[in-house]
Amino acid sequence: MSAAPSKNATWLRIYIVAYVVFLYLPIAIIPIFSFNNSVQAAFPLSGFTFDWYRSLLDNENLHRAFETSLIVGLTAAFLATTIGVTVGYMEIAGGDRISRTISALARLPILIPGVIVGIALLILVNLAGLGPSRVAIVLGHTLVALPTAVVIMRSRFLALPKSFSEVAMDLGAHEWTTFRRIILPLAAPAIVSSFMLSFLTSFDEFIVAFFLSGTEQTLPLFVWGQLRFPKSLPSVMALGSVILLASIVIATAAELIRRRGAFADDLPVTAKGNLPIS
Amino acid sequence: MSVSAETDFTAPAASKRRQRLFQFGMSVPGALATSILVLFALGVVLFLGFRTNDGSLLGGGVTFKNFSDALSDPLYATVILRSLAIAGFVTLATVATAYPVAFYLAFHAGRHRGLLLFVVTLPFWTSYLLRVFAWKVVLAYNGVLNSALLSAGITSEPILAFLNTPAAVVVTLAHAYAAFAILPIYVALENVPRSLIEAAEDLGARPFTVFRRVILPISMPGVMGAALVVFVPTVGDYVTPALVGGPSSTMIGSMIQAQFGKANDWPFGAALAVIVMLVILVVVLIARFADKHFGSRT
Repeated sequence: MSAAPSKNATWLRIYIVAYVVFLYLPIAIIPIFSFNNSVQAAFPLSGFTFDWYRSLLDNENLHRAFETSLIVGLTAAFLATTIGVTVGYMEIAGGDRISRTISALARLPILIPGVIVGIALLILVNLAGLGPSRVAIVLGHTLVALPTAVVIMRSRFLALPKSFSEVAMDLGAHEWTTFRRIILPLAAPAIVSSFMLSFLTSFDEFIVAFFLSGTEQTLPLFVWGQLRFPKSLPSVMALGSVILLASIVIATAAELIRRRGAFADDLPVTAKGNLPIS
Repeated sequence: MSVSAETDFTAPAASKRRQRLFQFGMSVPGALATSILVLFALGVVLFLGFRTNDGSLLGGGVTFKNFSDALSDPLYATVILRSLAIAGFVTLATVATAYPVAFYLAFHAGRHRGLLLFVVTLPFWTSYLLRVFAWKVVLAYNGVLNSALLSAGITSEPILAFLNTPAAVVVTLAHAYAAFAILPIYVALENVPRSLIEAAEDLGARPFTVFRRVILPISMPGVMGAALVVFVPTVGDYVTPALVGGPSSTMIGSMIQAQFGKANDWPFGAALAVIVMLVILVVVLIARFADKHFGSRT
């Protein structure tokens, strides 16, 4: 396989480059035009400016939206990761039918379109008397981030040699001690990575939050609101560039942390590949 | 002697209890979250779909009218079929374009594999709303693409046909979910036994035959998984049609959203949601069947 098809590999390499360009070029449009000193996003670029970024600094609504996104994201990430750790551990260590069912259910939201998650939770929070609110968005985002958290944690627990916990138990440690002193420290990189990626999922999530936000907007909802006004598009691009940069930094850091803690070269970021279908 | 005999007798019982307590405590968060947020929430949607809209939260009276209305009104049939067609096109385009990337990653990337895998999956972690917004900017009448074509002298006036078409929705969604499809296919290709490929080559199969008869069938489960993770979010999408689709590409997600917004008919919206879930269930069953069918060859 390695010696013969060098000509094919060249074509394939050209294709890969084209594919990556297609993947990144539309995204790159946002930072490019965020520095353009025209309201119209069109070529040729008319001049360089920082004004759009400056306009972000004194926007009260934007700051409140950022604060909401931060609080919601951190809370949802904490909940999703906590549930991900316990569900993943119980499935891998216990492996009984109930634990496996819970794990499959926790990964099920991948197979539910966001609009349905949104309306289902909207009905739920209204039944609970909460109504659309920050708490409602936290619940929604916990659910959306849950599959990723569970997949990351279970693959980590799967990679931990069983002998570690067996040795601890033989030496007299109880389940809880073994879990807290042996398993959790060994899984720490995956926990941090799961937390960061869950935060990111919440931070960028729009479809579910749209149904669940009351008076308080998250950042993507703020962006959505601004899209109605053609005049504010350049500031949206400046804000978008900042959000994109933050996402890329967090995702990269999560990947580096997870890799540092991985035993073999197990799989990278995108956890969605692991489906509960089989 | 007697003391140790006693501890030997009680220790297993105490540790059994502790073990059960530990297992119970560890199961609580997952059990709570999945039973309330997944099972109960979906159950309520199903329940509401069978209620009449009387303005109250859970509606009044049991009825099949929501479903019969949705299935008999040609408007909804059109929108559902359109959603299936758009999601189908997007899935086909995404999987077909992702396969060569996954193939390269599995067989040719060498030491760059980790980096390339990261590069192609990174956009997945950026804001979906911003990615769709970027396409709106690109495709607009006075937008990036038209102005670039004008300045390059390729066209003499802006092309109207980019924005507000179903094609714009397909392109935007295919781009937004491109990163989803690569990983499942890559995982499947990684699991193709190299010995099988060598055996086929030794027996005189040409590279394309090896691909068609050995590699492609074995990687089919990954293709099915990829198709599913792209199909599910696209079939229910309402943001992309709203931003780049125009009225001619309204999808079922937009209809559901409207029932919980302007139209304010929650039971009907819930019934539409149930129909979408049933459609997805059918697609999952087909994928699973195909998975078994192709998977049995390995």
